[in-house]
Amino acid sequence: MIYLDNSATTKPYKEVLESFIKVSSEYFGNPSSLHEFGGKAERLLMQAREQIAQLLNVKHNEVYFTSGGTESNNLAIKGTALMHRKRGRHIITTGLEHASVKEAMEQLKELGYRISIIAPDKDGIVHAEDIEKEITPETILVSVMHVNNEIGSIQPIKEIGEMLKKHSRVIFHVDNVQGIGKVPLDLYQASVDLCTISAHKFHGLKGNGVLFIRDGLRLSPLLSGGNQEWKMRSGTENVAGIVAMAKALRLTINNMERHLSRLISIKRYIFEEMNEIGNITVHTPERNSAPHIVNFSIEGFKAEVFVHALEERGIYISTTSACSSKKAAASSTLMAMGIPEKDAKSAVRVSLSYDNTMEEAEVFAEAVKETVIRLREVMKS
Amino acid sequence: MINYDRILIRYGEISTKGRNRNKFVDKLRKSILDVLNEFPGIKIESTRDRMYVVLNGADGREVSDRLKGIFGIQSFSPAVKTTKDIEEMKTAALALFLKHFEEGKTFKITAKRADKSFPLNTDELNHEFGGHLLKNVPGLKVNVKKPDINLQIEVREEAAYLSCETIQGAGGLPAGSSGKAMLMLSGGIDSPVAGYLSMKRGLEIEAVHFHSPPFTSERAKQKVIDLTEKLSNIAGTVVLHIVPFTEIQQLIHQQVPSNYTMTATRRLMLRITDEIRNKNDGLAIITGESLGQVASQTLESMFAINDVTTTPILRPLITMDKSEIIEIAQSIDTHDISIRPFEDCCTVFVPSSPKTKPKRDKVRRFESFVDFEPLIAKAVEDTEKMVIKPQSRNEESFGELF
Repeated sequence: MIYLDNSATTKPYKEVLESFIKVSSEYFGNPSSLHEFGGKAERLLMQAREQIAQLLNVKHNEVYFTSGGTESNNLAIKGTALMHRKRGRHIITTGLEHASVKEAMEQLKELGYRISIIAPDKDGIVHAEDIEKEITPETILVSVMHVNNEIGSIQPIKEIGEMLKKHSRVIFHVDNVQGIGKVPLDLYQASVDLCTISAHKFHGLKGNGVLFIRDGLRLSPLLSGGNQEWKMRSGTENVAGIVAMAKALRLTINNMERHLSRLISIKRYIFEEMNEIGNITVHTPERNSAPHIVNFSIEGFKAEVFVHALEERGIYISTTSACSSKKAAASSTLMAMGIPEKDAKSAVRVSLSYDNTMEEAEVFAEAVKETVIRLREVMKS
Repeated sequence: MINYDRILIRYGEISTKGRNRNKFVDKLRKSILDVLNEFPGIKIESTRDRMYVVLNGADGREVSDRLKGIFGIQSFSPAVKTTKDIEEMKTAALALFLKHFEEGKTFKITAKRADKSFPLNTDELNHEFGGHLLKNVPGLKVNVKKPDINLQIEVREEAAYLSCETIQGAGGLPAGSSGKAMLMLSGGIDSPVAGYLSMKRGLEIEAVHFHSPPFTSERAKQKVIDLTEKLSNIAGTVVLHIVPFTEIQQLIHQQVPSNYTMTATRRLMLRITDEIRNKNDGLAIITGESLGQVASQTLESMFAINDVTTTPILRPLITMDKSEIIEIAQSIDTHDISIRPFEDCCTVFVPSSPKTKPKRDKVRRFESFVDFEPLIAKAVEDTEKMVIKPQSRNEESFGELF
């Protein structure tokens, strides 16, 4: 099997699963229980928080555990909107965002918030000055993803943060689900107030995520109850998943330091190979794109057909983002970039992890070439 | 890209220490080595007036971060060493300068010539290097009164040193240069701050904590271990004594009228701490008391409690307001640990109306009905001794899980 759908989810590291099993079986106490057994679970939680804070280069009291990217994005957006509704009801986001941002915005729209959506350029990148033009005294939040999940374009987070310094009342949220461990981002330097990450995108488990909330910033919680996570996110903590996430993040960051250049060369190889095949258009921009995503369209084929054709050879890729791939509609990200609907409908995404090898990339490129030829014959006859 | 190869350290108060100076310098050297022990390549060169941390490839910024917390350092400057060749010095000066320069920033040169045989004197050095930068950095302006960047050039016998910034150190005196004292560590906000301020004046501290299971929990104990760990970040290691206190505490409550139990408890804690101090060659006891904060911290209370020993009791927080104490606790990262809500033996047995003006003679008489001596001896005997190290160096039992 050649697994090239790592932006949808990654395979948990063996060491991560071992931690999960050990914590689940040996330290299953409730961290809120007063007895010693609860205390052990609480220690684990604290150590995980400390480790994640160190890896993200932030303070431990800025790390809030959630159930994953969707929840972190919802908490960041709705939590800000509800907490600061008296200051203003205007939010700015982009046409590139993940469904968990888009749909949260849609809900707020129904509650009377005004949402401005910034269009990306043809490379799938939004610009700080376009955002700045939309800012009014009513603006409370700007939400921009770091790395686009479909085409891998990298947004100028640092420039946007720099620009927002002039508008100190505006809170800055970054969805970094695709960027973490692949494209470095210094949260303090970029003046980020809220940042989402999700464990299963870096070889942790599904059901765990983090929202970085800058020290002193207040949000309205979405889940209230037992006051866990400094009242920001009630609910008994998933200690085993959290410990596993801390380990996964450490291993991923280590891998980034060791294997980033290799990943870049694999991506570049796929990029060039795809460009060489006739009737294929690569949508991922050559510059300012993440090292693990290549998105392209094959003229004349529906994306799904192509995904299944490769699947027959044991190669797994996907059509656009996993979360929206079951809808037949064309990718809204590609459409926002101005790509014609016909091409957008035939777009597929290859997404890598540090585990992928150049040999796999070669097999993949060969398979694409053969599949294109074979399918074309079928379609002709 | 230019790299720092050493960090120059200025002593501050140590330099006034006359004949004892070598002892202080030696302590400082030891505590720097201890704090930097994860950088195997580094070396320390010390002279009478200053010290150099020679980086040998270690990251200058990381080392600087660690140095900021070390007591006994007034200020320090990451520096580049070059030969005394003027052209080489110029190249290095420009590269170093550009590392700090941003458009609009002003500068000046501060040259020092310790090596009087060097062909350029101080004025000529200032002129030569100032001119070199002005020629090579477009738009650069001089400001001798309040420059944004002060490029310091020092020509010494062995080499020339260039540096662009002076970073404020933690001040105080080097760890362990003032002798050893026992810190009564409760788990509250105050006592870790008292420990920190004592360490700042060069005291080596050992912590003493009273543990009364089942009235106080493992987590209360863990809290104190965590607090000690924070203090060990500064000192390298801190010894923590955990005194089993249940039996004595229960006996006090049986024998002493309730409005006097607090006073008697404190007296017994002090006696035990004093025994532990004696056993471990300490010369003083430190507490987190602040005048008037709680019933045990009135002058009358302190008078009645202090009655049991002639050992110096140091109270670094005595005149501080709670808000000032909290501010320090936050800055040394102990505050969030201190506010974890677990009972400790100072909170679990608090009488509803403790005497704020207890009489020494009364408490003496109440205690006289029981022979506490053997119990004190037993508590001291059974005291658990732990050696606490900074987190990164602790062998955690869950190590492999992370």
